[in-house]
Amino acid sequence: MPFDPSALTLEMLVAALGLGILVLGLIVPKGSRHGLGWLTLFGLLGILGVAVSMWGDSRELIGGMYLVDNYALFWKITFLLAAALVVLGSMRYVDDMGSQAEYYSMTVFAALGMMVMASAGDFITLYLGLELMTIAFIILVCFRKTDAKSVEAGMKYVLLAGMSSAVLLYGMSLLYGLTGSVIMLNVSQVIAVQPLTPALILAVVLLIAGLGFKISAVPFHMWSPDVYEGAPTPVTSFLAMGSKAASFAVLLRLFVTGLPGIWANWTMVVAILAAVTMIVGNLVAIPQTNVKRLLAYSSIAQAGYIMVGLITASEAGIKGVMFYAFLYVFATVGAFTVAGYFYSVTGSDELKDYAGLSQRSPLMAAVMLVALLSMAGIPPLAGFVGKFYLFKTIVDGYLWLAFIGLIMSMVSVYYYLRVALVMYRDEPLDPTPIKLPSPVAVTLILAMVVTMVVGIYPGPLSEVVNSAAHSFFLH
Amino acid sequence: MPAISLTHYVVLSALLFSIGLFGVLTKRNAVAVLICIELMLNAVNINLVAFSKYITPADFVGQIFSIFVITVAAAEVGVGLAIIIAIYRNRLSVNLDDFDWLKW
Repeated sequence: MPFDPSALTLEMLVAALGLGILVLGLIVPKGSRHGLGWLTLFGLLGILGVAVSMWGDSRELIGGMYLVDNYALFWKITFLLAAALVVLGSMRYVDDMGSQAEYYSMTVFAALGMMVMASAGDFITLYLGLELMTIAFIILVCFRKTDAKSVEAGMKYVLLAGMSSAVLLYGMSLLYGLTGSVIMLNVSQVIAVQPLTPALILAVVLLIAGLGFKISAVPFHMWSPDVYEGAPTPVTSFLAMGSKAASFAVLLRLFVTGLPGIWANWTMVVAILAAVTMIVGNLVAIPQTNVKRLLAYSSIAQAGYIMVGLITASEAGIKGVMFYAFLYVFATVGAFTVAGYFYSVTGSDELKDYAGLSQRSPLMAAVMLVALLSMAGIPPLAGFVGKFYLFKTIVDGYLWLAFIGLIMSMVSVYYYLRVALVMYRDEPLDPTPIKLPSPVAVTLILAMVVTMVVGIYPGPLSEVVNSAAHSFFLH
Repeated sequence: MPAISLTHYVVLSALLFSIGLFGVLTKRNAVAVLICIELMLNAVNINLVAFSKYITPADFVGQIFSIFVITVAAAEVGVGLAIIIAIYRNRLSVNLDDFDWLKW
């Protein structure tokens, strides 16, 4: 099969954008680097347009090492959208941090890593995409390098990410030894006729542990609250949705394409992990007083909900995962952009300082409320539809898990509404209104509108996700 | 004396991986933890190269994979050491027990 570089158009464009911004940052004089944010934004939006126009393209490159299909494309569109929203919402925040060029180019490289992960058809590509994303994120997490909290978070992240990569790699190397191939499509053929040996079990356990770190599933979640709290807020939001969504994209590929035969033996393990993740994430979120930390635990709980879609490993389950991840991007952007801008203005992430936010800035309070209620799964909002698609797939067979999910969603309403109560009931300590710059306002309105519209009218998005999930099984 | 077989390599790699993992979990010095992560990654490399020689001698996938692992590990250690230097300037310590500002 001849190598066709046009299948890699998106990745090449994103790489060129990232490198271009890095170089421009060195050439452009310090005072006028403000435009780099806009350049990044329009670059990402342009590439997003190209991505949408490539819909329906289905190819395998280099004997299945790189898979281009609607499934990968849907994830790539999600990542590009997430990166564009993060850039749009964080321009003011980045201006305060200094060194814009590095920030924007690392954001673009992290998105590139995610895109490579979504298309990875073999272990080498998967590992490279994962590390590209992780190393870019490590740099972003400790971007406020004079702030001890930020550097401490970066340190914890680099050590735990390194360890989890090593665990994942060891699992991959065992799988390579057992099957003689690193290409998932070939691995699945060899695995299908092999008995379940202890080495194979060890390999699968290591793979689940390594990727469990990346999606911050309990018991591999210890790093995420610390890292989420210490990282600059826009980075936290990108980390919470992007890195998690990319890891789910890879998890599905690895286990449903690469190890379909033995996956059936593992669904109980995944169901238990999902249940524990939901329970721990939601219960530990209750006593939190720092908004970023509260959102961090809530994002652990969200990972638990998304894991439910992995259990059936069917088209419906994959659809649920993709649908939920897409919505989660908008809810997360909404909540974290509010938190990030609030920090730029007041210098605080503490919940008590959010008192009376509805009087100081009605838009910020409203977006925070909508985002949190969507994460909790309250009916007219998008999160409800997402949870419905996810839990619908497991009602026969894993009804207990659906019950746990339901109860934990109710628990989560408690701490989400606590934030709402502080914002709407309490009197502000400092009643000066918060003025929103227009990029932040646009991000917030976009996040809110999408969350509401998809909740009321999920049809079109659901069609798109159906087609993406369908293409997953065509290889 | 028996010839060195695949089993020897795999056992060596498993030992190295376990020592590395143990070190990551117990060492309190950040530099030592980074070194232990290197041990784990090199265990992976031994595995990959041994499997490449004994299981797929015709193609070099395992060896190519290990070259990628070495390269990426170098990049990761570069970033890790830079962070350790930054944190040392902040706190005058690289002992992980001192980094407890972020805790629930």
